[in-house]
Amino acid sequence: MATTTEVPNESFRLSMLIYDTRYRAMTIQVVVLILFAMALAWLYGNVSANLAVKGKQFDYTFLGSRAGYDITQALIPYTNDSNHFQALLVGLVNTLVLAFFGCILATIVGVTVGVLRLSRNWVVARLMSIYVEIFRNIPLLLWILFIFVPLTELTQPPSAFKLTPEMEAAGQLPAASMVLDHSVAFTNRGTYIPYPVLDRSVPAIPGLPVNTTFLAILLVLAGSFFVNARIVMSARAVQEATGLRPTTWWKSLAVLFGPIIALMVALGFHLDYPLPPTGFNFKGGMVVPHPFLALLIALTLYTGAFIAENVRAGILAINRGQTEAAYALGLRPNRTMNLVILPQALRVIIPPLISQYLNLTKNTSLGIAVSYMDLRGTLGGVTLNQTGRELECMLLMMAIYLTISLTISTLMNIYNRSVRLKER
Amino acid sequence: MNQNFVRTAMLPPELPPVSQRGVVKWMRENLFSSVLNGVLTVLAVLVIYLIVSSVAPWLWHSVWNAGSEAECRAIVEAKFGPGATGACWAVIHERWNQFMFGLYPNDLYWRPTLAAVLLLVALAPVLFLSLPRQLLWVTILFPAIAFYLLWGGTVWAPVAAMLGFVVMGFAYRLLLPLVGVTVAGSLGFVAACLWWLFLSGYVSDALASVLPLALRPVDSDTFGGFLLAIVIGVTAISFSLPLGILLALGRQSNMPIVKTLCVGFIEFIRGVPLITLLFSATLLLGYFLPPETNFSTILKVIILVTFFAAAYLAEVIRGGLAALPRGQYEAADALGLDYWRAQRLIIMPQALKISIPGIVSTFIGLFKDTTLVTFVGLFDPLRGVTTFVRADPDWKAIYWEPYIFVGAIFFVICFGMSRYSMYLERKLKTDNH
Repeated sequence: MATTTEVPNESFRLSMLIYDTRYRAMTIQVVVLILFAMALAWLYGNVSANLAVKGKQFDYTFLGSRAGYDITQALIPYTNDSNHFQALLVGLVNTLVLAFFGCILATIVGVTVGVLRLSRNWVVARLMSIYVEIFRNIPLLLWILFIFVPLTELTQPPSAFKLTPEMEAAGQLPAASMVLDHSVAFTNRGTYIPYPVLDRSVPAIPGLPVNTTFLAILLVLAGSFFVNARIVMSARAVQEATGLRPTTWWKSLAVLFGPIIALMVALGFHLDYPLPPTGFNFKGGMVVPHPFLALLIALTLYTGAFIAENVRAGILAINRGQTEAAYALGLRPNRTMNLVILPQALRVIIPPLISQYLNLTKNTSLGIAVSYMDLRGTLGGVTLNQTGRELECMLLMMAIYLTISLTISTLMNIYNRSVRLKER
Repeated sequence: MNQNFVRTAMLPPELPPVSQRGVVKWMRENLFSSVLNGVLTVLAVLVIYLIVSSVAPWLWHSVWNAGSEAECRAIVEAKFGPGATGACWAVIHERWNQFMFGLYPNDLYWRPTLAAVLLLVALAPVLFLSLPRQLLWVTILFPAIAFYLLWGGTVWAPVAAMLGFVVMGFAYRLLLPLVGVTVAGSLGFVAACLWWLFLSGYVSDALASVLPLALRPVDSDTFGGFLLAIVIGVTAISFSLPLGILLALGRQSNMPIVKTLCVGFIEFIRGVPLITLLFSATLLLGYFLPPETNFSTILKVIILVTFFAAAYLAEVIRGGLAALPRGQYEAADALGLDYWRAQRLIIMPQALKISIPGIVSTFIGLFKDTTLVTFVGLFDPLRGVTTFVRADPDWKAIYWEPYIFVGAIFFVICFGMSRYSMYLERKLKTDNH
């Protein structure tokens, strides 16, 4: 508050700390700071008193000791001989993998549904509205359980897929059968899906501690994208000079897909299909554990409904005049969408989209309902219960979640800033 | 000979061609306007058919009265032939009380029921401004009445707690002309805290010894089902809004220390999942409070959920504050209003109006999140009660029905909230386009 009137030459009185707006803000802040410091000191005192009563110490050395429990879904090397820190990493990777695939799938679902909900097609629009309203108004936990319970309780054991020679001779069929042209099997142990395999690998370069095959694939992809960017740039230059845009789509397709397909063929890429068991279990393929699948589906559908609303709101936020202006310029409907509506709508859509991604990431912690071994399952679950170190485990877990959230929001905010309307 | 022909009567208008009227026209325009649209329509109809054809017979064969899942199946097979499947709503019928009240004592169900009726009466004047304002007295007294009904014990404990607010208001009124809103408000709060900590216990004990008006006390561990969800939801909603407003104002404030503290609190709460906060409440509160303190889990959960919702609300309201044109603030200053008057009379009414959709969706999220309390051992309707019911061998094989039932109730409440927010937005709309 600006008080720039002539300040009378009066001496400072103590009451001015409360009555004078120049000093009042300062007084309040000092009081708040003192209260805050007192509260911190009080909490610290309580914590040390309670730790002393329980005979515990605040330290993280337990992270180095043997974990001693198994994790079914371990994407990085882990055995029950590994230590608690490695268990934490396995959990963290599980959280991040789930969040990553969840965000991608939810975006696809959300954008599709959001656009379809605006379609003039009555049936489709109504269907999408029903989907969005149902998923937005029912707790996520229900969707997770709703998908998980039948997945575990209504599926057959792998042995039910077995077809013995006697059964074949008698013309009998196995009790359960695979779906999608014999490539996917829902069993009570998990879902078996085909697994991509490479027959050959790029010879390792001595002294280079990375997987050369993986490196080769990355290099080829990066090269393709780089060349494609050059093609598009040169096309733009031609368009700006002559007004005519050269046809580039076939060049782009060839550059983007040709090299990687050639590499894949050279490396002998094929899918390893799961084969029905002759003994107790499927051979080949890979198994997706039920907790992961149920969480992925539930998170995708739930968050997708929210993203659909954001997308719809973003498109509706663009003034009708923009479409009309684009038509008046002679743009066709799909170019209007791509060149006029979407770039503007994206600015409206992205901030809420970021918070949906954050919500999805945080909601992966609901994996507790289906015993998914995410960060909360390992560090905040088994490790916490085994070591009895509630304070250390919970604080570390919150710090990790906080770091993930702040990182995602920072990255997305940088992107958001780059697409924001540049006002001058 | 005049052969001129002049038509004197108008011909009756022809109907438009078949393709340009009625159902055909509507379908051509809405369902099959292009190839893509046609394909989408066919796909959508296919999806609807698949869903309906798999769910409808099951719903049609519903059984409402049976003692167990096996009995349900027997009834369905007897009626509709062997192999027929049907929904067994008998489980809801049999376990209705658990879904509604959890493990609340059987003979006291009238108390939560009465509290629910009073809740509707108390909410009505807040939701619909056309109702007589005298009803607001019910709203103001409702917390004490509901506490007394649900938890029982002596009536004087909630009365003494309410008197704390009277003390606060009295101190505020007394100090206001002397020291201004902020200081008077904080001192009033301190006075109320002193009352609650040191005096209210004696007062309620004294009153109880004179006039013992007590109901049978009920332990909060017995709360469950929708009773629990609504207790947590309503309490957290009503406390989180004022807290959220204060946090939003703190974040917009030009006092750096207050601002930093508010930002830190908001970002911390928003950065971690609710589950970790709930676990912290049950596992860590014991470390942060003096060794002898003892809270019931339900109270810890309510406090945590309130903080959680308040942080989200603060961000929503901050959006509303930021959307107000700068001129509104300047106009308030030009009128000579002080900070709190400007907020109360000019800024907040507009900012809150803008943020209604966000506020209500935060409330909806909060209410849905009440199901997560199951993970700290409370008896929520979704997982707690359902697991409990399915632990009974009679109902072991049942999975869809309890989830559908609980989901339907959540849907009705949450959808109702979102429709109400749309109604409120329309009602408060003041622009002319």
